[in-house]
Amino acid sequence: MRLTVNGEVREAPDSATLAELLASLGIETGRVAVERNREIAPRSQWTDIALSEGDQLEIVQFVGGG
Amino acid sequence: MAETKATLTIAGKSYASRLIIGTGKYKSYAENAAALESSGADIVTVAVRRVNLSDPTKERLTDHIDPKKVTFLPNTAGCFTADEALRTLRLAREAGDWKLVKLEVLADQKTLYPDMEETLRAAKVLIAEGFEVMVYCSDDPVYAKKLEDAGCVAIMPLGSLIGSGLGVQNPVNIRLIAEQSRVPVIVDAGVGTASDAAIAMELGVDGVLMNTAIAEAKDPIRMARAMKHAVIAGREAYLAGRMPKKKYADPSSPLGGLI
Repeated sequence: MRLTVNGEVREAPDSATLAELLASLGIETGRVAVERNREIAPRSQWTDIALSEGDQLEIVQFVGGG
Repeated sequence: MAETKATLTIAGKSYASRLIIGTGKYKSYAENAAALESSGADIVTVAVRRVNLSDPTKERLTDHIDPKKVTFLPNTAGCFTADEALRTLRLAREAGDWKLVKLEVLADQKTLYPDMEETLRAAKVLIAEGFEVMVYCSDDPVYAKKLEDAGCVAIMPLGSLIGSGLGVQNPVNIRLIAEQSRVPVIVDAGVGTASDAAIAMELGVDGVLMNTAIAEAKDPIRMARAMKHAVIAGREAYLAGRMPKKKYADPSSPLGGLI
């Protein structure tokens, strides 16, 4: 299936969970937050959230800023 | 020496330093961490941005500044509507699992001046959702009061435009806000050099927040130390109470006994 992750189109297996996607992207999960279709995806549910075709995901972290 | 060690208390938590620094514009995170060390600050502002998917292991802020030792204050820099700011801070709370945040809703790119109507609207929503909101605002005492009444935990008027280094441009308004507020008032933005920070503190505010003045100094680590001393000096001078200004000279040595 096709997903949009941080504005980029990505392919993922049809049955992928959010936790599996993060692992496949090589993202260390400490102190990142994920938004799925404009809703916060709580960390405690990452292993349970089954992704769907066309999902829009935002994965963010803290960076330097004023 | 009653107050020298006095702390800044925000939302029930006390901090030893009255200086808050940003983490943007440094040459490297290592330099940033060194500047933080020499500033003595206990709180740093941080931004929330997309993870770099092409290189997710790229050096991160948290590799250099430990959020367990320093309070991270997530900001909404770059947000021009209340909704963008809300979205950003909800993500920040999820990423960091803490609720103290810096709200800023900007009006335009040229001035980065706060849009106070949107700021107040966002503040009310965030407070209803349980956030502790430190709010970047204009130096308008009327809006400052509205933000305090809405439940903001710190009022943070600009000294002058973000990144301008022009110092405190409206000391009368900053003083009025400091006098009227029951929550901490922190001058946020505009400080260019140490004397600007001291001037802000002498007006009676509780703290100063700055980024560019340190990050873009020729020697950021030395400037961070200068700011630490300036904030302490300004606070002490405010508490000491300055002498009255006079129009003419008043000799310091006795006039009697002159040869």
